[in-house]
Amino acid sequence: MTTTQDTTTPSDKTSGVTYTPEDGLLLEVEDLYVEFHTPDGIATAINGVSFDLHQGESLAILGESGSGKSVTAQAIMGILDMPPAVIPGGHIRYCGQDLLSMPEDQRRRTRGPEVSMIFQDALSSLNPVFPVGWQIAEMFRMHRGVNKSDALEQAIRLMERVQIPAARDRVKAYPHQFSGGMRQRIMIAMAIALDPAVLIADEPTTALDVTVQAQIMALLDELQQERQMGLILITHDLGVVADVADRIAVMYAGRFVEKADVVELYSAPAHPYTRGLLESIPRLDQKGQTLAAIGGLPPNLMRIPPGCPFNPRCRRAEDVCRRDRPELREVVPGRFAACHFAEEVINA
Amino acid sequence: MTDAAVAEVTVAEPREGGVREEERSLASDAWRALRGNPVFWVSAVLIAVFTLMAIWPSLFTNTDPREAILAESRSRPGDGTWFGRDIQGYDIYARCIYGARASILVGVMTTAMAVAIGGGIGMISGYLGGAWDATFSRIGDIFFSIPLLLGAIIFLSSLPEFFNDNYFLVIMKVVLALAFLGWPSLARLMRSSVIQVKPNDYVQAARALGASPSRIIRSHILPNSLAPLIVVATISLGGYIAVEATLSFLGIGLQPPAISWGIDISAAIVGLRTTPHMLFFPSLFLSLAVLGFILMGDAVRDALDPKTR
Repeated sequence: MTTTQDTTTPSDKTSGVTYTPEDGLLLEVEDLYVEFHTPDGIATAINGVSFDLHQGESLAILGESGSGKSVTAQAIMGILDMPPAVIPGGHIRYCGQDLLSMPEDQRRRTRGPEVSMIFQDALSSLNPVFPVGWQIAEMFRMHRGVNKSDALEQAIRLMERVQIPAARDRVKAYPHQFSGGMRQRIMIAMAIALDPAVLIADEPTTALDVTVQAQIMALLDELQQERQMGLILITHDLGVVADVADRIAVMYAGRFVEKADVVELYSAPAHPYTRGLLESIPRLDQKGQTLAAIGGLPPNLMRIPPGCPFNPRCRRAEDVCRRDRPELREVVPGRFAACHFAEEVINA
Repeated sequence: MTDAAVAEVTVAEPREGGVREEERSLASDAWRALRGNPVFWVSAVLIAVFTLMAIWPSLFTNTDPREAILAESRSRPGDGTWFGRDIQGYDIYARCIYGARASILVGVMTTAMAVAIGGGIGMISGYLGGAWDATFSRIGDIFFSIPLLLGAIIFLSSLPEFFNDNYFLVIMKVVLALAFLGWPSLARLMRSSVIQVKPNDYVQAARALGASPSRIIRSHILPNSLAPLIVVATISLGGYIAVEATLSFLGIGLQPPAISWGIDISAAIVGLRTTPHMLFFPSLFLSLAVLGFILMGDAVRDALDPKTR
């Protein structure tokens, strides 16, 4: 961990603090808990999640709605509304520095130049009253104090980089004048404007057409390779992640139930939930058959069942599953799963 | 990839024959709607004329409004003067012109002050929420429960009278009274529109990209929540002018020798049946001024609200 108070030579991030990853380790999330204190009770959205992210690596966090994947992203970014959210335990370290114990002002300066984020719905993520070029340029003016015309010039270059045609003509256009895919490109341009080391994409393609989805994912992949960013891709769509992600973490009821290399996970899932997800993908060669679905609903986060949280929906569930909660453990080298019967599932 | 991107563009955004579509924003759309609205032009002309009267009354008349020719007291319109003379022998036309200043000053300054107080407090309670919101909203409710006119009467009549001879201080007294009683409705409005804007994704996105709270308020919340405040402020400007005239009519707002439509209306009551022109002209000016601002507010509201288009 190296933190230098940079006073003599101004760093280009202007925050005065430089962050240098050690051995390429950018982000360490350790035993993170997030609770929402609501009038109806305490909902535990994240239940002890741990993972690492290295330079140039892309990690996909996969899960259903309400599994805690977006909350994980928001906790890393520090944009949870607290209250009602409470982080009772855990650490989030960026280049060795704990973000959770950092003063808010210092932490705010990491958002954008160090850790950045893309949102699901690009239309509502862009301010409707300002031209897109102005909004991208704002990033340079806000964090680097660049003057107006230089910032706009850099914004045009970025718009060209994210493949917006006729960027120079369109820099003064408003968000509603762009198509969904173009808006998402602008959102991406804003997020990568300051060369962040970590980029979190929270369902970046959910609001888009299937054809546009592939283009956006390809762009993200390309930018990640080019800039050696650590990418966290949050999605519920197994198809979207396959080409881009290196590793996948499957989330269920606020816990990781499986962590594995993407190819291995797809070829032989080690958790019944992952298996169920993979089976529920519609396939052209099985046209006409009933789609395999996972029965039941994800648990209410205020009443997570005892034992394995997935047990009420699991075909394999036995007494031990209703009694003891399986910990995330290494099943075969490099593969982690939280299931009492992981070995059987992986070989099935 | 590049090919795919181009394909996406051609499918999603056909460009019309090389002709650039004019840039459209809420403001430019609103201006387009305003331009085509005759109500806007009528109110704009009224407001322009009254503002001009307030700034340079000598543009409209060379007569001294304080020149009392008692021999011609109560003379009718056309007998040497356009609007006739009142009971003191003042030229009513000149009085009407000079009276605009008090009304416009009170209206504009009260609105500015009420917008500053109400908008600021509404922004704080809407943005911070929680205890701040509860405190400010309850304080607002207390002020809201006081009727504007009654509150202003009590406020003004309880103030010491020693600076009643200074025109500007008397105006400021009225402005203070009205602004202190008028801000809660603007604060409520601002609070509700801030609460509406705050959870939007672009505010979250700005936070995630490192915007400070003050920048979030300035760049994201304020521009998106200001429209209703502008509309209501314009309409209430007309209302404040009417209240100023009412207070002067009752003798507790401006006092002679200050010139105000309210004072003249009050003085004209004695001749209601015999010389109604004394009452008619100041009332007409007052009504037109109030009407001008209310129509302007209406036109702006129609222009800013896409649903009415």
